[in-house]
Amino acid sequence: MKAWRDFKGELWQKEINVRDFILNNYTEYTGDESFLTNISAKTKSLLKTYERLHQEEMKKGVLDIDLKEVSGVNNFKPGYISMSDNVIVGLQTDKPLKRIINPYGGIRMVYKELEAYGYEMPKKIAEIFTKYRKTHNDGVFDAYTEEIKKARHTGLITGLPDAYGRGRIIGDYRRVALYGVDYLIEEKQKDLSNILIDSEENIRLREEVNTQIRALNDLKKMAESYGFDISKPAVTAKEATQWLYFAYLAAIKENNGAAMSLGRTSTFLDIYFERDLKEGLLTEEAAQEIIDNFVLKLRMARHLRTPEYDELFAGDPTWVTEAIGGMTLDGKSLVTKNSFRYLHTLINLNPAPEPNLTVLWSYNLPENFKKYCANISIKTDAIQYENDDIMRPIFGDDYAIACCVSAMQVGKQMQYFGARCNLAKALLYAINGGIDEKKNILVLEDIPPITDEILNYDKVIKAYDKVLDKLASLYVDAMNIIHYMHDKYAYEASQMALHDTNVSRLMAFGIAGLSVAVDSLSAIKYAKVKPIRKNGIAVDFQIEGDFPKFGNDDDKVDEIATLLTKSFISKLKKKKLYRKAKHTLSVLTITSNVVYGEKTGATPDGRNDGMPFAPGANPMHGRDENGALASLNSVAKIPYKNVCEDGISNTFSITPDALGHTEEERKNNLVSLLNGYFKKGAHHINVNVLNRELLIDAMNNPDKYPTLTIRVSGYAVNFNRLSRKHQEEVIARTFHRRV
Amino acid sequence: MGYINSIETMGLVDGPGIRFVVFMQGCCLRCLYCHNPETWKLKSGLQMTPTELVEKAKRYKPYFEDNGGITFSGGEPLLQPEFLIETMKLCKKNHIHICLDTAGVGTNKDAEVLKYTDLVILDIKGTNQKEYKKITKHSIDKVEKFITLCNKMNKKMWVRQVIIPGINDNKESIFELKEYIKKIKNVEKIELIPYHTYGEEKYKKLGLKYPLTGFLAMDESKLNELKKILED
Repeated sequence: MKAWRDFKGELWQKEINVRDFILNNYTEYTGDESFLTNISAKTKSLLKTYERLHQEEMKKGVLDIDLKEVSGVNNFKPGYISMSDNVIVGLQTDKPLKRIINPYGGIRMVYKELEAYGYEMPKKIAEIFTKYRKTHNDGVFDAYTEEIKKARHTGLITGLPDAYGRGRIIGDYRRVALYGVDYLIEEKQKDLSNILIDSEENIRLREEVNTQIRALNDLKKMAESYGFDISKPAVTAKEATQWLYFAYLAAIKENNGAAMSLGRTSTFLDIYFERDLKEGLLTEEAAQEIIDNFVLKLRMARHLRTPEYDELFAGDPTWVTEAIGGMTLDGKSLVTKNSFRYLHTLINLNPAPEPNLTVLWSYNLPENFKKYCANISIKTDAIQYENDDIMRPIFGDDYAIACCVSAMQVGKQMQYFGARCNLAKALLYAINGGIDEKKNILVLEDIPPITDEILNYDKVIKAYDKVLDKLASLYVDAMNIIHYMHDKYAYEASQMALHDTNVSRLMAFGIAGLSVAVDSLSAIKYAKVKPIRKNGIAVDFQIEGDFPKFGNDDDKVDEIATLLTKSFISKLKKKKLYRKAKHTLSVLTITSNVVYGEKTGATPDGRNDGMPFAPGANPMHGRDENGALASLNSVAKIPYKNVCEDGISNTFSITPDALGHTEEERKNNLVSLLNGYFKKGAHHINVNVLNRELLIDAMNNPDKYPTLTIRVSGYAVNFNRLSRKHQEEVIARTFHRRV
Repeated sequence: MGYINSIETMGLVDGPGIRFVVFMQGCCLRCLYCHNPETWKLKSGLQMTPTELVEKAKRYKPYFEDNGGITFSGGEPLLQPEFLIETMKLCKKNHIHICLDTAGVGTNKDAEVLKYTDLVILDIKGTNQKEYKKITKHSIDKVEKFITLCNKMNKKMWVRQVIIPGINDNKESIFELKEYIKKIKNVEKIELIPYHTYGEEKYKKLGLKYPLTGFLAMDESKLNELKKILED
């Protein structure tokens, strides 16, 4: 059998061009879900084994750690879930859920991780990575300034990838299935021969391309250890899925990035499934079995983290994000039967946070698909939605989502991930003369404190502007340092091998506490805010009178959010970025809104010291007085294009009763809600349809709800993995119910 | 100027599709289970002009699609006819579908209001004089006249009844309701609304005595049984 039999199109046969292959060969599906099939007996038994191991893992923190080897594409023996694990194979290590030590990001972090779970650092590894081999973390701290260290210490900037893998890089794993590894190596060699030695940048690139070629050879060997030759293109649907998975597996064996996303694979693979179905090589049952087994493997991806990391991000996230749906530039939907099969895994394999299934919503998606998505959302709470109609004009029709909301063209763009800075704390620095309100240390110099009895809006804005100038500059410096060192000491060779050699780079900055900062400014502008000072530091605020609050579709306050995000990105853009990266910005916290809140004193909006922020771009809890759509409209006003092109995250929870009386009504209402929200120009929404009472019961009786999954800013989590504090925060959050 | 208690921008259960629900001030009924006692008084709450209100509603047009729109609820929206008529005219101009959620106890201008109404959601408080009086403290005559008017004007109707445990959660009541509804033309939908206790807190805050102290919220499975009887 020929690998490319019956495939149409020419361009993709002459160059690496997966998009061209997809557009020439995919079959749009506009029907409903009635063709889907149930879980197979084999998958069921594998799932049971996995669930048992997962339960055990939840109790222990980690199930096991490989102490003999360190991260690498081909450093581990093959592993299987059980004897019957033979549909889609491959594990990170030789045993299921056994985690990898990755010292390239930083050896100190590995010490902490091992200690937290009662393991001892292997002497050999310690010696190599302290005596002979410098790590990313060492490099970063050699270059950091005192000011950056202080901003990091106080939590003005948090979550910087300076001690672990940066992630948010998506290899075009599809290339391995379509072309086979040998062709990819040949192309890289061609590229290499064209790179002149005329600049530091090109010398670095030459070194990198050779590292990539080595990783591709390792990838072949890794697959060989499982008995597969992936040097040539995949011939069947099962092979295509397996080849693609090996490529992804290599990435998570080599790297421990915060988000290790999958890309946009369902419609690509569907081409193979359609061909096999047509040729009678495959039944629908077998097709679903392949997808179920693939997804089960994706659910088993693990990285070794510290308990502090898990606290920040609530659980054990890996962000295996898969983008489903969307439209072509010509206005045809990219929905295929495989789009349904992927979502159907949430039924066959029970709801789970991973892979992070992300529907690229367009007003013009097929109605049947929209309704199916709504139905799965209502049943599982495990899908997030992002607006294809605003991303497509910027990123084209072959982009994917890294982590939660970060769009990038697959194989053509990569991201330098930059966590986020705390805009609410920055506002307090403007009031307090650059002194941190919790740690009482001077972080930003030359900011005169405001000593007025009643805060004056114009004065505060002026001081805030100065603080944000300094913060932006310091933040860019930190990011340039981090990514310089990451490229140098922890290069993601296996992932970069699946990008074009001349990749374009996005540097993603982020903000937290947007709604707190915006409401605080609104309070200062429209009400009377009197700081209560202790030793010259404002530790609390008295507010007299009412003020418009973000989340009520009130332009008076919503425009402050627009101004603030526009102002901040323009400040970031003042400084050039490492490797000519492009500045982007996100409003996303995942679950770090709780920890950010803890680290931030009382704010002029009336929020108490240490209280959680709202997640992502959400309005603060309980401040929306006109119902959910007003709240959605406020968030939809935050500009995406040219401002927050790394994403604007919104989490939405509603009780089933409030969504409609019948199942049909609920589905239709959710579809209208998504259509309307995205027509308003919004970027992202997480949808949870559940009862507050259910969450309270789940908090008190976790054993009753082993698979309860809920969406939190850009991500889904197993509810049981949230800390008590996170659980309480989620329950306190605005729930839209019918009164 | 209209007196408005509050606005719910995402009403998903007060008419078809997604509704911009306007809770208006003023009601003369004192239903036992009323969960919005703050709407009883006519001249209180927010004051808005028809233009202000419709400008607000227009912001939600993208969510309405082909079945959603605006719902006037309350209180009893019919008690502010001039405001309602002006506002409804503006809605029509902007192609916004109009629902009137009412107990049918209005004024002599009801016919004019109904002229602009696309769908009437009529709350059936009771099916006979005795029961109606027990629940609302008022006579059933007014709503009967309203029904006659709706019939005459050929209005599309949804009817609802709140089901309260121990009061009307029995087969006989449902049979009576079924019989009663035969009087109404163009009924597209019948909804049984379970009584809930969320209102109790509001009475406390307003310093009022809650008429249904001790009553439990309607049991879901029992309600479903009654729904089945209704559908048979």
